[in-house]
Amino acid sequence: MSTTAVVARRLSVGYGSRVVLAGVEAFLKPGGSTALVGSNGSGKSTLLKTFAGLLPVIDGGLEILGKPIGESSHRVAYLSQFHQSGFVLPLRAIDVVRMGRFDQRSRWSRRNREDDVIVRESMEILKVADLADRPLRDLSGGQQQRVYLAQVLARRSDLLLLDEPTAGLDVPGRAAYIDALSFERSRGAAIVTATHDVGEASMCDRVMLLAGRVIADGPPNVVMTPENLLETFGIGLTKVGDQLVVTEHHHDHDH
Amino acid sequence: MNHFIDPFLDNGFLQRALFAGVLVSLTCAVVGTYVVLRGMAFIGDALAHGVLPGVAGALLMGLPAMLGAAVGAAVMVGGIGLITAKSKLSNDTAIGLLFIGLLALGVVMVSSSTELTGDLEAILFGQFLGVNHAELLMQSLALLIVVIVTVFASRPFSLLCFDSDLTQAMGYQAHWYHRLMLFLIAATVVVSFQTVGALLVFGMLLAPAGVGALLARRIVTMMLWAAAVGVMSTYLGLLASYHFSWAAGASVVLTAVTIFFVVLVGVSVKKSLLGSRS
Repeated sequence: MSTTAVVARRLSVGYGSRVVLAGVEAFLKPGGSTALVGSNGSGKSTLLKTFAGLLPVIDGGLEILGKPIGESSHRVAYLSQFHQSGFVLPLRAIDVVRMGRFDQRSRWSRRNREDDVIVRESMEILKVADLADRPLRDLSGGQQQRVYLAQVLARRSDLLLLDEPTAGLDVPGRAAYIDALSFERSRGAAIVTATHDVGEASMCDRVMLLAGRVIADGPPNVVMTPENLLETFGIGLTKVGDQLVVTEHHHDHDH
Repeated sequence: MNHFIDPFLDNGFLQRALFAGVLVSLTCAVVGTYVVLRGMAFIGDALAHGVLPGVAGALLMGLPAMLGAAVGAAVMVGGIGLITAKSKLSNDTAIGLLFIGLLALGVVMVSSSTELTGDLEAILFGQFLGVNHAELLMQSLALLIVVIVTVFASRPFSLLCFDSDLTQAMGYQAHWYHRLMLFLIAATVVVSFQTVGALLVFGMLLAPAGVGALLARRIVTMMLWAAAVGVMSTYLGLLASYHFSWAAGASVVLTAVTIFFVVLVGVSVKKSLLGSRS
């Protein structure tokens, strides 16, 4: 196990030569959780994709689990925000979760008992074990999202990169998600989530507020001040009781 | 006299046609599954058309048709790769124009030569009933290559159908496996055009795999359904061709497409019945 999950120094990320987010400093430890908070276009998904090895670093330094990006892929789990062609695909829920084990074995060795146990356990944590044999295309958006999260868990990775993980989840779904996170953290995995949900971010032990640059970075109670949030989201903050709620409209993933 | 078996027992050319059709069906079942799941129908169509000028050029120079087809497919794969890399917005338009351009070029080449005019129909619609042993051998070889590559790459291929970002994030080189798929489509088209023809091979790639997509819950079962539909279409199509003197390649493809639409309607009716009951 590496001593660090993510080390970033003066990191610039973006597409091609277009910088979306610059000046990222990060030092993420195993077992820690970090929320990347910002509105659309703030660079949070771009940063996550760079961590996942999907985009090259534009400038600065980045180490994932002690290695250059892309070299620790079998120890990293990435949950993307959108999934392609989910509805024609002839896959059962269990097949999707099993995919998470694909690169954990050599190309020629078949799935073994350990894989089966891990897949089963991951589906139980996300409360989708009873959906195992159902075709993915017959599941609701929230159920599908839980299956994708079970796939992430099945990787037993050391770094989880989750883009809008609670999108489409109902209340029991969110509870299962929180169980899953504590399960992963107790194993020593580091978690990075991109979200625009301030409530979700406040459960992490570190928050980075992003808007093309790093607005603030630190523990949630220190960082998430009304001033900082206003600077991050621009407009659309309302106070409900003693909680800050972002009223920016959410994406609907259940097309 | 048995109308269903005797034609095949009595005629060597029909036996060879059946054998060739089965090989094409099995190859198309595997490759077509990925074409359908990855939404590459348009690219598959483009590849199928791209072989025409290659074949025409080869025939004009007195070279083997299959060599020309391979060159045509390679140009098409390269062209698609270049277009995909250059622009994200106008993919459809650019690939569409590339394949129509190549098709037009092929027709111009064929029409300019008096000795090739008769071959145009054979290239486009195949010569199912004129398949020889060398072609059967090539098709067996192609099937073998397709199966080996698919077994070798089954995990990244499944991942690509699911999500190309995830494929890359898990350490598989997504663009290489995408190219490998294009290569398999090209290889299928190149060895199949002499049987079902450059235009109709596309039907054998799509229709049986389409039935599989409607019925299967897993990718492997989708391939098995596709293989079953392909083989059945070959048999029924050849039989119809024999009894009613229909063009063989077209009869086979027409059967496959008919099965697809019958299953599509069946599945929709079943769904709406189940829906109204609950």
